[in-house]
Amino acid sequence: MKALRKFLDNIKPQFEKGGKFEKFHSTFDAFETLLFVPNTTTKGGAHIRDAVDLKRTMAIVVMAVTPALLFGMWNVGYQHFLSIGQDASFWATFFYGFLRVLPIIIVSYVVGLGIEFGFAQWRGHEVNEGFLVTGMLIPLIVPVDTPLWMIAVATAFSVVIGKEVFGGTGMNIWNPALLTRAFLFFAYPSKMSGDKVWISGLTDGHNIVDGFSGATPLGQAITGHVNVSLWDSFIGTIPGSIGETSTLAILIGAVILLYTGVGSWKIMLSTFLGGYLMALAFHAIGTNHLMHIDPIMQLCLGGFAFGAVFMATDPVTATRTEKGKWIYGFLIGVLAIMIRVFNPAYPEGVMLAILLMNTFAPLIDHFVVQGNIKRRLKRAKVAA
Amino acid sequence: MSEVIKIKKGLDIPLMGKADTVNVEAELPVLFAIKPTDFHGLTPKMELKPGAKVKAGTTLFHAKSNPDIKFVAPVSGELKAVVRGERRRILEVVVESDGKFEKVDFGKTDPSKVSREEAVRKMLEAGVWPFIRQRPYDIIADPSDTPKAFFISGFDSAPLAPDYDFILSGQEKDFQAGIEVLRKISNDNVHIGINSKSGSKIFKGLSGVKLHEFDGPHPAGNVGVQLHHVLPVCKGDVVWVTQPQDVVVIGKLFTEGVFDASRTVVVAGSEVKNKGYYKTMIGASIEPLVKGNVTGEKVRYISGNVLTGTTISADGYLGFYHSQVSVIPEGDYYEFMGWAMPGFGKYSTTRLFFSWLCKNKEYRLDTNLHGGRRPFVVTGQYEKVLPMDILPEFLFKAIITEDIDKMEQLGIYEVVEEDVALCEFVDTSKIELQKIVRDGIDLMIKEVG
Repeated sequence: MKALRKFLDNIKPQFEKGGKFEKFHSTFDAFETLLFVPNTTTKGGAHIRDAVDLKRTMAIVVMAVTPALLFGMWNVGYQHFLSIGQDASFWATFFYGFLRVLPIIIVSYVVGLGIEFGFAQWRGHEVNEGFLVTGMLIPLIVPVDTPLWMIAVATAFSVVIGKEVFGGTGMNIWNPALLTRAFLFFAYPSKMSGDKVWISGLTDGHNIVDGFSGATPLGQAITGHVNVSLWDSFIGTIPGSIGETSTLAILIGAVILLYTGVGSWKIMLSTFLGGYLMALAFHAIGTNHLMHIDPIMQLCLGGFAFGAVFMATDPVTATRTEKGKWIYGFLIGVLAIMIRVFNPAYPEGVMLAILLMNTFAPLIDHFVVQGNIKRRLKRAKVAA
Repeated sequence: MSEVIKIKKGLDIPLMGKADTVNVEAELPVLFAIKPTDFHGLTPKMELKPGAKVKAGTTLFHAKSNPDIKFVAPVSGELKAVVRGERRRILEVVVESDGKFEKVDFGKTDPSKVSREEAVRKMLEAGVWPFIRQRPYDIIADPSDTPKAFFISGFDSAPLAPDYDFILSGQEKDFQAGIEVLRKISNDNVHIGINSKSGSKIFKGLSGVKLHEFDGPHPAGNVGVQLHHVLPVCKGDVVWVTQPQDVVVIGKLFTEGVFDASRTVVVAGSEVKNKGYYKTMIGASIEPLVKGNVTGEKVRYISGNVLTGTTISADGYLGFYHSQVSVIPEGDYYEFMGWAMPGFGKYSTTRLFFSWLCKNKEYRLDTNLHGGRRPFVVTGQYEKVLPMDILPEFLFKAIITEDIDKMEQLGIYEVVEEDVALCEFVDTSKIELQKIVRDGIDLMIKEVG
């Protein structure tokens, strides 16, 4: 490690102001701080600081999505071999999925981080860690057969328009990963919905077992009955976007986020609660096929669990007050199920529900802040 | 006695190096200094030139904004130097002690028999007025004001902080005399916040004060937090505050007629060999306290506690308001892949490092920042360590955007730097929140007054 440190110290002056590679200062800094926690000491204020930093926080989130990612890789292979009616060993299944998913991850990271590095250098900032998580979330919420160039375009769109125009991580209004998904959905709807896109190789139509539909359970539900069991949808052996199918893997991630305190339990709980109550109400009314779905099943299907655990809890785009988090999460749950049920053309309401609530989060915060101001004013009058 | 006020939010950082309550002997230094930088917003105007002979109580300089507020020499000797910094700002007014400890005689007065005006005049004259600070803003009180109340926090909850019960024992008479003076200048409205977990014998034995019991982690001992729960400072209110040892100095001015700068400080921290309570004086060089008393090569000497204190050199001077010297290791090292390691030995309030496995461990924390500065990202952290009905992040943002209305509404009158020091400690984004609050206060003084 000492040799590496020495090497970095040697080349560092070239990246400083006036050096040969001054233009790559942010890039150098990003890699240097990735390798070594910097030797910066406190100057003013508190002399000691908590060991936590944003890199650690983001690394934990990436760790939390890993179960969903690994399961997603396996499931891509599983669904593929199911569609062509072949049996394959566990490793063959996983490896097939791994090879299909890896390019998407690489494209998302290369495009997103490339843009982030560029902007950081342009602004003279340090490169922010936010995209470490976004870049991992994007592959998990797209169908496996999405063309790579689309992912590249959508990622670029969301990083530039969704994040950098507002000033980068911490300033953005919408969740960048969801913005990518929304961009894909509205720009290339034929590639993002229907029965064919969810399973690798299905669009080619070779060797497909007769009668194999490939539709997601929600897709089926529009026309009639869901023919997957609650157990399947909980474990995740169903077609769907890469990382969203397994409620179990997502819950493992949720446990990590909640235990470490990175994800807000208030948002997660209230989202599930809102979704459950809404589904329960619709179940009681029951005027269309989607309303008939069991409330618990509703929470396991589609991207609901994934959205509630990994998307709604993004601290930057969620409400920033503790009280606001309850309202914010609850409304996401309610809206997600409502959009799902009332708009059969688009059964995946979670994405829109979260983006919508991202938009309204500052408004919710505004009311919480006003409440605080009123309470404080009242106290002044009582004291006087 | 009112009921115990429970403070739930906050944090006691498990910092290594707490001092036992034992007295340790050390010589007094030769050099002393009064640092104008200890007083927020003060522009000093020198009254003496280097070479002048002084006694304890001789005015060295006064506040430019109010010449009545005087700052005096802590010991007798010679005014040695006026150390200036950038733009000739005065940093230190250094006095070389002659070892005789002669004091200016201001005359004994019975505090219960003087008028308010006389008491204030005497305090101004003898240089003890700067001990009295006002909330909001934490600046030296304006002698022409009449405060809503006088408030003293009877305990310090900061990391490795001194135990006032221990320091004050044996000084009951002077303390009570000081309280009499404060009653006089505050129209008999003196409050003391005490720790329900400690004996607080000296405070409970006082007459003429209202006691409030607090229970909970730091910052329960901050006077701002106590005021928030007992006597909220709203727009237009002025509350005066001081610290227990300062009350003794004020008391002695009346009982003995002198400015007695004696002060007991706790010398603590993981790098101190002989931790304990040392008798020294206000503005004293810390050299006799730390020389040969410190392990490790690269250490940071702090006058005050590790959250709010001032960095000083090994022969630097004790701050005017400080009763504590902390010595901790410097953290100017690189750590390979530090953010990815399990982190068994790292202290964090989050459970992001495996150190949550070892409960009740004490940590040797250093001054490393542990990361780079980022915008506000993580939410809910500050609220956990600020036991006030204040939305810290929104207050900070109001300050950054210089929105004075919002600052007022969100609580700028109630917080000072020390109240948000823990927010700064836990902050994932490593933002200098204490500086933000001070900038906000400076803006308020400039715009609102």
